[in-house]
Amino acid sequence: MRYGVKDYPLAEKHPEQVKGARGKTLADITLDAVLAGDVTIEDLRITPTALDAQASVARSAGRPRLADNFERAAELVNVPQDVVMRIYELLRPGRAKTQQELLQAAHELRSIHGARRMADFVAQAAEVYETRGLFSKRF
Amino acid sequence: MTETPNRWRRFADWDERPLRLDKFAAEDWKNGFAAFTSPADPKPGVSVAAGRIISMDGVLERDFDMIDRFIADYHLDPAIAPESMAMDSAEIARMLVDMHVPREKLVRIAHGLTPAKLADVVSRLNALEIAFAYSKMRARRTPGNQGHVTNAKDDPLQLAADAATAVALGFDEVETTMRVARNAWSNAVACAVGAAVGRWGTLFQCSSEEAEELQIGMAGFTSYAETVSVYGTEKSFVDGDDTPWSKAFLAAAYASRGIKMRCTSGAGSELLMGFHESKSLLYLEARCLCLQRGMGVQGTQNGGIDGAPVTATVPGGMRELMAENLLAVWLDLECASGNDARATESEIRVGAKIMPYLIAGSDLICSGFGSILKYDNSFNPSLLNGEELEDYLVLQRDFEADGGLTPLSEGRSLDVRQRGIDALSAVYEELGLATASAAMKASVLVASGSDETESFTPRDVSVISEAIKARGITVIDVITALAKRGYREEAENLLNVVKLRVSGDYLQTSAMVRNGKVVSAINDPNDYGGPGSGYRLSAERRSEIIGIRDVLDQKEVLRSESQHEKEEAKHIDYRELGEAVASSNSKDVVIGISPAFGLKLFQTTAGHRLSDVLGEMTKAIAARGLSPRIVRFRHTADTSFLGLSAARLAGSGIGIGIQAKGTAVIHQKDRLPHHNLELFSNAPITKLEHYRGLAANAAAYALSEMPDPIVVPTRGEAMGSRYHARTAMIYAIETSLTTEGASPIEVAVTFKRAAT
Repeated sequence: MRYGVKDYPLAEKHPEQVKGARGKTLADITLDAVLAGDVTIEDLRITPTALDAQASVARSAGRPRLADNFERAAELVNVPQDVVMRIYELLRPGRAKTQQELLQAAHELRSIHGARRMADFVAQAAEVYETRGLFSKRF
Repeated sequence: MTETPNRWRRFADWDERPLRLDKFAAEDWKNGFAAFTSPADPKPGVSVAAGRIISMDGVLERDFDMIDRFIADYHLDPAIAPESMAMDSAEIARMLVDMHVPREKLVRIAHGLTPAKLADVVSRLNALEIAFAYSKMRARRTPGNQGHVTNAKDDPLQLAADAATAVALGFDEVETTMRVARNAWSNAVACAVGAAVGRWGTLFQCSSEEAEELQIGMAGFTSYAETVSVYGTEKSFVDGDDTPWSKAFLAAAYASRGIKMRCTSGAGSELLMGFHESKSLLYLEARCLCLQRGMGVQGTQNGGIDGAPVTATVPGGMRELMAENLLAVWLDLECASGNDARATESEIRVGAKIMPYLIAGSDLICSGFGSILKYDNSFNPSLLNGEELEDYLVLQRDFEADGGLTPLSEGRSLDVRQRGIDALSAVYEELGLATASAAMKASVLVASGSDETESFTPRDVSVISEAIKARGITVIDVITALAKRGYREEAENLLNVVKLRVSGDYLQTSAMVRNGKVVSAINDPNDYGGPGSGYRLSAERRSEIIGIRDVLDQKEVLRSESQHEKEEAKHIDYRELGEAVASSNSKDVVIGISPAFGLKLFQTTAGHRLSDVLGEMTKAIAARGLSPRIVRFRHTADTSFLGLSAARLAGSGIGIGIQAKGTAVIHQKDRLPHHNLELFSNAPITKLEHYRGLAANAAAYALSEMPDPIVVPTRGEAMGSRYHARTAMIYAIETSLTTEGASPIEVAVTFKRAAT
């Protein structure tokens, strides 16, 4: 479903469609449910569906770049934290010693995590870093 | 400093002012000290071929550095760029201040403007135009504010109390950081709990090392981040240990964890880092902002930030900070508009710096306002701090401008502080992290700053913080602990903030939470189109803003006067003898008193009993062998006319006029009303000895002597600001008793010896 400006805020306009990672709706996430142990931190994570919905809202509000970021983010939701932090680290200056290392990270994002946009983005970084000499040794 | 004999000593006075602690830098573009333009700035330009940007601001695609490349690929819209870049900069500048040109039109134009062109346009606006354009172009209609909550000991009890206080003051966001890096987890929990007191919806950030900040966010304690810094030159960026791609990756990572995020940039950072390429501050910041829009972040923290102090040393520096904020909102980014790092020691420069933002409004006027005392601010002192917070509240009231804050009563402040301290202590105890003693809690409750607390030490905090991290405690554990210990409301509030990330509504541009609802540029867009549009104070919000403490009203004035009435009755008795007539006795000097004198009003504004004032004056006149007569006038309350009327009744031709508030005059019967002999207009600093001298001089004039006029020394106190509200209310009591044409009354005064 495509969402527009009039659908925002989704939590107010479409509460039934807003769900946590394990399918709980906002109405299910209550203090009593937390105390009963029925709600965990997992239920309070954003989902790719929610991010895609926000991307759609952002695009309709005339913010294509913000929408792109939400779509890249949607791809990262299920990428484990240590992988996210490892690839972020690798993107910092001089961490990857060769272009190949970054291209490998792009490949990993694409093939293992299905993160197509993010993979293209990292691959572009690999190309730019090569041009700008960022793979040179930094002490 | 060497002693210069021929120096005008005013310079020595100026040397002592706080302003002189500020150091100023000469304009020097080669060394990076140029605010708006530098000969090294490129000329604006763009070439597009086959839907690609093949040159930008004089650089060919193959020579693009990382920043150029990122801007060309992600900011510039090749479909719009040729049309936007062909527009005359002066024309676009006029559109920015034209209320008839809608914001959306300008935002679209900006999608096709290069950094050099953006800088060229806004550099054509003067400071007032920049502020106006900012007000029109900012993304969200309703203004907001952000506060820092930190302390010099990383004391969690104080953080909880101060976070609760910041929430009660109305801050939409609260940001903390640490003195000791490993204390991050404890600071995060303490502020998250404190910010859950009273209402929900204050977003919270714990500024720390990138990876750890994200981890703390994933544990659910924080809801936004803003320390993702970007820079305007490639070398600065690399020296900052990042690239546009690494930062954009981080931006996506934050969104993927449901955490709101903005970038940080600001004039002066490249200058401080030594890689400015001789470019102007504004041009480099324009690059930063185009980069940020390209990255797809919803907003920015800009306006100098850590570079604000060095920017303020340059001619036009403060105007430049305004201009770069304008660029941010023109590029459709949420703007947390700086006004944080204290760029000056001069309170006048502080006030001048904040005013345009207070009047224009901003998504977050300060990024952050120091809600705590200066020495407790672990980011460094802010432009405005706990010390000056009330000044800011009064500025809101003065200009009827919504600065995002609401006055806080003394009673309420203690309530929320107590609740924050107790809630956090309960959580730490319940989770087996620490136990706070009653004495610790009591010291924090009333402490203005950490110098006054007997609480956790930084070392205690490190142990707590490392335990939180090592045990993998999450916000769910904290919510559970709060509820178990009876802090159900705080538990609900905290849960509601974490629930925001499920829908992600608060990830949109300029989102904040007001009254339990997400308010952003999407459902609260700035619709300014001239007077009557855009953000206006509601009657309800206005009544909040004007509700500062210690406000005087006439009821209060009358109440305090009635307290003095009883006291005065022990000292003096006024007996009316009938209509006063002119005398021919050359020995008499008339003291003309005002209508309410001793009847409704009993003290001068300096706090002297009117009986004492009259006593001193009559004694001084009698001491010269003359006869003081007291006459009450009822046709006027004006000092000059009291004096002149008194003089006309006096056989000596000399009269004294005195109002109940203590303003007095010596007059002579043949003079023009406002051409008196001596005037005593500064009642608040007029002492009994001056009234004695005044009467002695009146006697001297009656004896045809030429005395030295009495001088009431003033040190330039702002008498008007201190007394005029009370004076006007008192004077209204006087005038309400006047009657046109009412005859003067001769009064016999008896001074009583009262036990004091």
